[in-house]
Amino acid sequence: MADTTFLLAVSGLLFTLGLVGVIVRRNLLVILMFLELMLNGVILSLAVFTQMVGAEAGAVLVFLVFVVAAAEIAIAVPILLLLVRAGHSLDPGAYGGLKG
Amino acid sequence: MIGLLTLLVLLPFAGFLLNGLLGRRLGPGFVSLVGCGLPALAFLVTLRAWWLLESGGGEPIIETVFTWARVGDFPFEVAFYLDRLSVLMTLIITGVGALIHVYSTGYMKGDASYARYFAYLNLFLFFMLLLVLGRSLLVLFVGWEGVGLASYLLIGFWFDDVEKARAGRKAFLTNRVGDAGFLLGMFLIFTTLGTLDTDAIQTAFSNGLVPAGIATATGILLFIGATGKSAQIPLHVWLPDAMAGPTPVSALIHAATMVTAGVYLVARLSGVYIAAPDASTVIAVIGVLTAFFAASIAIVQTDIKKVLAYSTVSQLGFMFLAVGVGAYGIAIFHVFTHAFFKACLFLGAGSVIHALSGEQDIRRMGGLARRIPWTFGTFAIATAAIAGIPLLSGFYSKDAILWYSLASGQGGAVWLWALGSLTALMTALYMFRLLWLVFLGESRLRPEAEHHVHESPPVMTGVLVVLAAFSVFAGYFALPDYLSELLPLPPERFDSAALHWGQIGFAIFLALLGLAGAAYLYRDGGRRAEVLQARFSRLHHVLAGKYFVDELYDRSLARPWRWVSDRVFLRLGDRILLDGSLHGLAALARRGAAVLARVHAGSLQSYAWMILLGLFVVLMWAWHHV
Amino acid sequence: MSDAILLNVILFLPVLGGAVLLALPRPRDDLVRGLSMLVMILQLVLALWLYLQFEARVPGLQFETRVPWIAAWGVHYHVGMDGLNLLLVLLTAFLGPLVVASAFSSITRDVKLFHGLLLFLQFTMIGAFLAQDLFLFYVFWEAMLIPMFLMIGMWGGERRIYATLKFFLYTAFGSILMLAAVIYLGYFVLSSTGAPSFAFADLYALDLPVSTQTWLLAAFGLSFAIKVPMMPLHTWLPDAHVEAPTVGSVILAGVLLKMGTYGFVKLGFPLFPEATQLATPLIMTLAVVSILYGAGLALVQDDIKKIIAYSSVSHLGYVMLGLVSYNLLGIQGAIIQMVSHGLVAGGLFLMVGMLYERCHSRDLAAYGGLARLLPVYSVFFMILTLASIGLPTTSGFTGEFLVLLGAFHAAWPQFEQGVTYPLVLASLAVLGIVLGALYMLRLARRLLFGEARAPVAGLRDLDRREWSILALVVVAIFYIGLYPNDFLRKTEQAAIEYQDRVLPAQKRGLGQ
Repeated sequence: MADTTFLLAVSGLLFTLGLVGVIVRRNLLVILMFLELMLNGVILSLAVFTQMVGAEAGAVLVFLVFVVAAAEIAIAVPILLLLVRAGHSLDPGAYGGLKG
Repeated sequence: MIGLLTLLVLLPFAGFLLNGLLGRRLGPGFVSLVGCGLPALAFLVTLRAWWLLESGGGEPIIETVFTWARVGDFPFEVAFYLDRLSVLMTLIITGVGALIHVYSTGYMKGDASYARYFAYLNLFLFFMLLLVLGRSLLVLFVGWEGVGLASYLLIGFWFDDVEKARAGRKAFLTNRVGDAGFLLGMFLIFTTLGTLDTDAIQTAFSNGLVPAGIATATGILLFIGATGKSAQIPLHVWLPDAMAGPTPVSALIHAATMVTAGVYLVARLSGVYIAAPDASTVIAVIGVLTAFFAASIAIVQTDIKKVLAYSTVSQLGFMFLAVGVGAYGIAIFHVFTHAFFKACLFLGAGSVIHALSGEQDIRRMGGLARRIPWTFGTFAIATAAIAGIPLLSGFYSKDAILWYSLASGQGGAVWLWALGSLTALMTALYMFRLLWLVFLGESRLRPEAEHHVHESPPVMTGVLVVLAAFSVFAGYFALPDYLSELLPLPPERFDSAALHWGQIGFAIFLALLGLAGAAYLYRDGGRRAEVLQARFSRLHHVLAGKYFVDELYDRSLARPWRWVSDRVFLRLGDRILLDGSLHGLAALARRGAAVLARVHAGSLQSYAWMILLGLFVVLMWAWHHV
Repeated sequence: MSDAILLNVILFLPVLGGAVLLALPRPRDDLVRGLSMLVMILQLVLALWLYLQFEARVPGLQFETRVPWIAAWGVHYHVGMDGLNLLLVLLTAFLGPLVVASAFSSITRDVKLFHGLLLFLQFTMIGAFLAQDLFLFYVFWEAMLIPMFLMIGMWGGERRIYATLKFFLYTAFGSILMLAAVIYLGYFVLSSTGAPSFAFADLYALDLPVSTQTWLLAAFGLSFAIKVPMMPLHTWLPDAHVEAPTVGSVILAGVLLKMGTYGFVKLGFPLFPEATQLATPLIMTLAVVSILYGAGLALVQDDIKKIIAYSSVSHLGYVMLGLVSYNLLGIQGAIIQMVSHGLVAGGLFLMVGMLYERCHSRDLAAYGGLARLLPVYSVFFMILTLASIGLPTTSGFTGEFLVLLGAFHAAWPQFEQGVTYPLVLASLAVLGIVLGALYMLRLARRLLFGEARAPVAGLRDLDRREWSILALVVVAIFYIGLYPNDFLRKTEQAAIEYQDRVLPAQKRGLGQ
């Protein structure tokens, strides 16, 4: 099915875009958003493969991953909030604590 | 039951312990009693041993005490050996030794370290006895180094004075160089013969069991040891400096006994040297050269003890000249006579110094003959003896040496005799110079010393008299004959009695010439000599500077070694090369770590990037290898 | 109690004592010291007892214990005594009470920890000597570093961190290489016999190809050579000595340095005989270089401890020289020299410590005329100086004489066959006695004689504790100097076994 190829390409594109964004952008919130984009790309590919293989469990897995992604955002944003509150900046370069 | 020889050796050691540990607390009386009593007792024991020896027909007495170490099949034993040669040495050591101890009670009276002095002196006797009574070279070596130790301690006795301490150190170190040679010689003997017992060594060498090359090497190596101990060229430099010690020490150690150890060693192992004519030649040459050079220095010395010190070196040279031409018994004869007149001279000098409250410069003496008559009388006799005035002991022994230096079939040569005779002339000259400048003529004393001039107490003058008497009569003991079985005289080249008498006559002439010359030059307090000195000022400078040998050694050995140790070993080696490479490695590790640490830039995004890259690489690799 | 059990008691007594000590909550200082001293004295008494029980001329080990430890690897807890470790264990046990006594006055803070470390160190050192299993040996070898590292680092002088790091890293580096070799040997045993084992006996019996032997010898040798220390791997020693507290220096010089030579004589050489034979000229050269180089360096130092440190380099060069002479004279001489050096250098460091406690200076220029100010001190110092120089009647002479004679004895036949190099080296080594006297007498002169001066006024001479310590050392020195035969009898068998292993089929010198 040409659709699957197209859809996989889309998911790959989403993933790549997200990755590039994570690496390049200099705003923590934006990085987080692009991270979500990466995740959604993966989820899309998961859905496509489920459809290709025909396993019902795959559909369940997709929803599971959605929930995990939501939970992940729910934790990531407060962490980010605390970090920014202490560091007073949304620029990832301002945080060198892992240096050395 | 303790053996006689063991007892003999232990007596002075007991004295060392008693005086060393208790002397301070129990006072000078105790110290004197123990300090003199034990050596005197040792002398009596020696007499007894001598009697035993002779009643056995001269058969050596051997006492094995214990096994020091057994390595493999070989036992290193501590054993004592008494034969005519060692009994003679022992008599000198204990006899003259005891006398000098008695003298010391007067000379060192009032010294703060009185007990320490006698402890050290007894320690010296102990080691010296080990040296001459030891059967194996190992025991001999223990004594050999031990007397070096005693010498070190006694030369630097008044250690508050840095110079004196330094002199002690110099003596020890110079001796040690000789000891290194000694050790090598000992090792060689052990490796080739498998024994260190002197009697076994003698037998082996006499029977021609040892190839000539090894005999020569052994002979020379052992002689190097003797050179150190007996202050021959080139290791003679410590003896004059050793005069820093108390005068009785100079008399005992640096005249009568320790310095003769080298001669004893060569005589003891005469078999080695008979089998090694090249080594003997070396000894004779060094001996006569040393005798000559030392005498030349003695003529210009101004310190009374230094004159005697160089005189000792010179006389030792004569002894080595004798052994070098195979006249071992004659050399020992000279050891014997020299012990008496040299000890007498040194103690006499001590008496003079004592009388003048410490003055040692002969330019500030004079006119003492009448004021300290006993000292003068004994000194004069001893001077005559050493100068070779006929009928006194020195005449007999020295003359025999000169004769054999010419006529010995084992190395006698005209030039040896000529140089030796010239030295004999110089000996007479400088000794009578000393006599004149110190005792005769006008007084050139310093005013402070002038008032206190007094004769020494009887403990001191008594000893002087005894020694002077022996200086006269010692020549009549027919020592060479007594020793002839052990140390046969060498065959003579010339069969002419007339030649012999001629040589004797010539020797007498030289002695008298020296006497006359000294009288002429030094009669008026040395003014005529001063004229001579001004005329030959350059020569005088060299002689007074002892040919600058000390300076030579310092510049060619001591300083370079120190320089190498500091510049090459320490700075270049340890600091720059070794530690440097270590620190370099550490720096390398640190810098490498710093470079690698740059990966941890602290930026989340770069971390993400790196994780991605890494993942990519791994996937690529897996893809290729699947 | 059987002697084998006693041996284990001797080994574990210090560590148990140390554990008890560390478990005590805030004990008084003198309780700590008393307990420590008690343990050490007990250990010494037991060690002396075992020494007397030790039989000469019995091949192999005595008082053995062999218990499987890590069976899968063939590792056993295997300890035993032979002529080689007999004297070294005795030396360690002898120095134990002496250093504790010395620590009474020199260690005043964290006393409990210090004595705990000291006891633990004693345990590891004796363990290394007694171990007869390579793995066990390695464990003890490594374990020794920890207490030493801490002792220097916590109670040391100004540059202690530098010194202790240098010491630790240098030694550990060698140990890593040794570990590789140990593992390889274990693997080799496994592959050639099918059963894993680290027992020395099994390792001696291996027939390794020469090329393998060479790199294994290099690995082991490097580690041991650092410990000896041999030129050019010695530079950690002066710094370690200078910065270490007195007790540390005494143990370092007295025992730890012997680990290196013990390693060579027990493991390095007999395990790899052919490689050792090939390496002999190199080892001999380095030994003589150590003798001369150490003597030269000692001459130009102004820090008293450095002088003695470099003298150790020089003295232990004699030991190495003796070990490669392969005759009984040299080997026995080397063993005696090991013990002698432990006593003499240990004694000298004790004395430096006593001086430092009074004046807080190690600068030679600050002192003079101590024979006037501290007469009793000076007597002992003079005796130790003479022992260091190798004056006959002291232990130093016994060691040096036998070693030099052995070296000469080995060199002479080669000379007669046209190989002059060993004879040259032996002669240079003999020259070493002059150089030895040179620097020691300089030290003695500057310290004891001349004008009296000291950094502190009102010096007090040795008190009873101090001179008792030194008297014991001096007695031991004279005992070995005057009657070494008892020691030599007991070590002879081990020396012969060493000789047999290192010279597989060759003729030996002084075949006796």
